[in-house]
Amino acid sequence: MTVEVRLPTVLRPHAGGATTVSAEGTTIGEVIESLVGRYPGMSGQVLTPEGSLHRFVNVYVNDDDVRYLDQLDTKVADGDTVSILPAVAGG
Amino acid sequence: MAYHRSVLDLIGNTPLVEVSELSPNPEARILLKLEGQNPGGSVKDRVALAMVEEAEKEGRLEKGATLIEPSSGNTGIGLAMVARVKGYKLNVVLPASVSPERRQALEVWGASIIESPGPEGSNGAVRLAERLHAENPEWVFLYQYANRANPRAHYEGTGPEIWRDCPEVTHFVAGLGTSGTLVGAGRFLKERNPKIQVWAVEPPAGENVDGLRSLDDGYIPPIFTELGGPEILDRKTIANPRDSIVWTRKLADVGIFAGISTGAAMAGAIRCAESVPSGVIVAISADGGWKYLSTGAWTDEIDVVVERAKRIIYF
Ligand SMILES: Cc1ncc(COP(=O)(O)O)c(C=O)c1O
Repeated sequence: MTVEVRLPTVLRPHAGGATTVSAEGTTIGEVIESLVGRYPGMSGQVLTPEGSLHRFVNVYVNDDDVRYLDQLDTKVADGDTVSILPAVAGG
Repeated sequence: MAYHRSVLDLIGNTPLVEVSELSPNPEARILLKLEGQNPGGSVKDRVALAMVEEAEKEGRLEKGATLIEPSSGNTGIGLAMVARVKGYKLNVVLPASVSPERRQALEVWGASIIESPGPEGSNGAVRLAERLHAENPEWVFLYQYANRANPRAHYEGTGPEIWRDCPEVTHFVAGLGTSGTLVGAGRFLKERNPKIQVWAVEPPAGENVDGLRSLDDGYIPPIFTELGGPEILDRKTIANPRDSIVWTRKLADVGIFAGISTGAAMAGAIRCAESVPSGVIVAISADGGWKYLSTGAWTDEIDVVVERAKRIIYF
């Protein structure tokens, strides 16, 4: 599966300034693995050393937060859009 | 003679209005709870009053005390009204990127505005308020993001009102800012009926926060973590500015003049309606449309409005 990944401002320098990149995988975990494999600078930023999602990172598949789906096991389909966003204060 | 002693007595007890004509699923009804009917114009009147009364009870607020609060608008506006009535002074730390009407509303009730950098969003306002409070320890910092009176206002008000007016509710949808609405009303509703699904809708806030140096500068409201937010939410979705504006406009087509975050909540309610065979969805309309007229949301060309909306905070 090929998905489009939208990167937040803070991660763009690790991908040569790109706002969106494509990545491969059948789950969110695999997509992030493929992303980090290609842009090693992102590794400590998105995942913890234990391999779970960083506390201040939200990942969405087509606008749905994966923490409330199947976390890193959330399935993706060809053409899905995956967005990575920092957790910030609202309100 | 039938009358109220104080404008503060008008807070809460907001009406539910059916908007099922906008539902994509004839078996899924949608009802909006109109928090814009509160006297200060938003859901945050409840929170402002609850936080001030709690601080008074704890003896933290002496006569004529000065409050400081970071707010993108509505909490500040609610606090400004409550503070005026009760004789306190208020400093609001407001991101530069809010609509001019929010700023004007604060001035109506005499609040002082301290501007925080627009590109840092609400994160920047929180940080600046913390610093100012450290420099002025005599100011009272109610801090809506960590103050349990915030979700309690919804646990004791918003939630019970929904349950009283619509015990048939199957899904509860609300915008996510401090998380007070979702954590408080969501918990109340789940205690009454554990089958009720709670959906959070957020704007793509992190997209526009360029002031963030690294992801370690992120922020999660303490009340969300401490009060079991992750267990209360069943789903969390982003509503992009375009969908939020589109649904804000469609609401006007059925007569409802609501703010842009209501359009976002409505977009979430529509996704919810599409995904269930049947149900009764109650969504929160956090405020009315008045404070967003300058964005041209109802009148200008949609692409222009969407670009404008990306640059302002409407939650
Ligand atoms: C217009 C508007 N919508 C939604 C919200 C979110 O509410 P809460 O802070 O309870 O999560 C807020 C406040 O943060 C708001 O001002």
